[in-house]
Amino acid sequence: MRELLPLSMLGGLLGLDVVCFPQMMISRPLVGATVAGAFVGDTYTGLLVGATLELIALATLPFGASRYPEWGSAAVVGGAIAAALHAEPAGTVTVGVLATLATAWVGGWTLVKLRVWNAWLARRKRGALEHGSRGAVVGLQLAGLTSDLARAMLLTAVAYGLIFPVARATVALWSFDEHLSRAVTVGAASAVAAAAAWTIFHSARGARWYFAGGLLIGLLILAMR
Amino acid sequence: MTAPAAATHGVPSPDPTPRVSAMTWVSVFVRTLAIQGSWNYETLLGNGVGFVLEPVLRQLPGGVHSDAFKAAMARESAYFNAHPYLTSVAIGALAKAELSGVPPERIERFRTALCGPLGSVGDRLVWAGLLPFSSLVALIAFGVGAGPFAVLAIFLVMYNVGHFGLRIWGLRVGWTRWLAVAGALANPVLRNGPAYIARAAAAVAGIAIPLTVARVVGPTRRPLLEGALLAGALIAVGLVRVHGRVEGWKLVLVLIALFALVSVSVAR
Repeated sequence: MRELLPLSMLGGLLGLDVVCFPQMMISRPLVGATVAGAFVGDTYTGLLVGATLELIALATLPFGASRYPEWGSAAVVGGAIAAALHAEPAGTVTVGVLATLATAWVGGWTLVKLRVWNAWLARRKRGALEHGSRGAVVGLQLAGLTSDLARAMLLTAVAYGLIFPVARATVALWSFDEHLSRAVTVGAASAVAAAAAWTIFHSARGARWYFAGGLLIGLLILAMR
Repeated sequence: MTAPAAATHGVPSPDPTPRVSAMTWVSVFVRTLAIQGSWNYETLLGNGVGFVLEPVLRQLPGGVHSDAFKAAMARESAYFNAHPYLTSVAIGALAKAELSGVPPERIERFRTALCGPLGSVGDRLVWAGLLPFSSLVALIAFGVGAGPFAVLAIFLVMYNVGHFGLRIWGLRVGWTRWLAVAGALANPVLRNGPAYIARAAAAVAGIAIPLTVARVVGPTRRPLLEGALLAGALIAVGLVRVHGRVEGWKLVLVLIALFALVSVSVAR
């Protein structure tokens, strides 16, 4: 558990990126899980988990006030767990994806609570804000940013601390073949990606034909290997 | 900004042709990256807009202790909702309007009118366009065997060229067109871009999904790959049919949890 502090700091930064700062999408699971994997010494396993999660995350569009899973901190938890358990490869990617999804669910809930907290802070400062207080505006912004960083760091630390022992025990008891486990996991993820592609793009004229054409090219590339 | 123009009865007037220094623009730009720092369900982006505009508003006649500054801060920190990247358009326009002494009522009406267009254009262009497109291109790179650094670099560079470009363009066009900035939203890139990106992303999705599945499953595992793709296609059809009633990621969570449960329950 020596990795807990650096991982929680990484989770804090990536969790902050989801909404508050700087929204460069370093919080996408492809990035978060890969970097977390590198942190604990197995970048490749982190990348496998990240790519699988990225397929799932395609369905998440962070529109304004909508509720969505918090991928930044969660991907750090899942990527690090899978990478830390890479010595027993069967089930590690599956367990990493599972850990991320569970953490992302809780993370989405914490984001809602953060927004409620920010509203409470703003209400307390209403008088000062209505009088154009520079200190109140800047202070509120800094309080929100700090709260989000703390939220994401705490989420990462608690989730990693709680899930890692369960994940280690699960991987030790894992009975299915490594490749079968990965096939089931990424097959389910690909379903979400395909459904998301349809939902997002089908309103553009001809998009279904572009998708079909792309699919044909993708399958041809696989067939030629 | 140059020194305020003529002073009348000891009180400086707003500058009809204001200027903002390069350092102030840098400060504004960095602050735009944190514009959602205090996002909440009551004022949404409002406080963020005030926070971003604050370095510019310091240049109002009389400085930070003046009534003009306080009134502008109060006005600009009220409720605001738009796409975070395209809020830069509003920031540029509002900065110029405030420094030019546009009447407060007009600024408030203008501010309110910008919310809808900047929200819908940004959502379609970025969240439903640039983001999935960049992500899928990176997944193609992953699928054809690129290493971790290359995959991440492709995604982050491609996405952030668009991201930062949009923020810088927004500040620029907002400042130069200010109260007439609505015309800039008719820019062909903003008007037709989402449809073009959607078609390109649809094609890229078709390529990326099988390639990604193949690399995760691993080499020389053709029956597993075919099974995963077929199962994925069937579940995808089901998800499209129940659109909106089942969230894909929650379904995957349940399916994988069940799979894990079976895996640890079955004797080796």
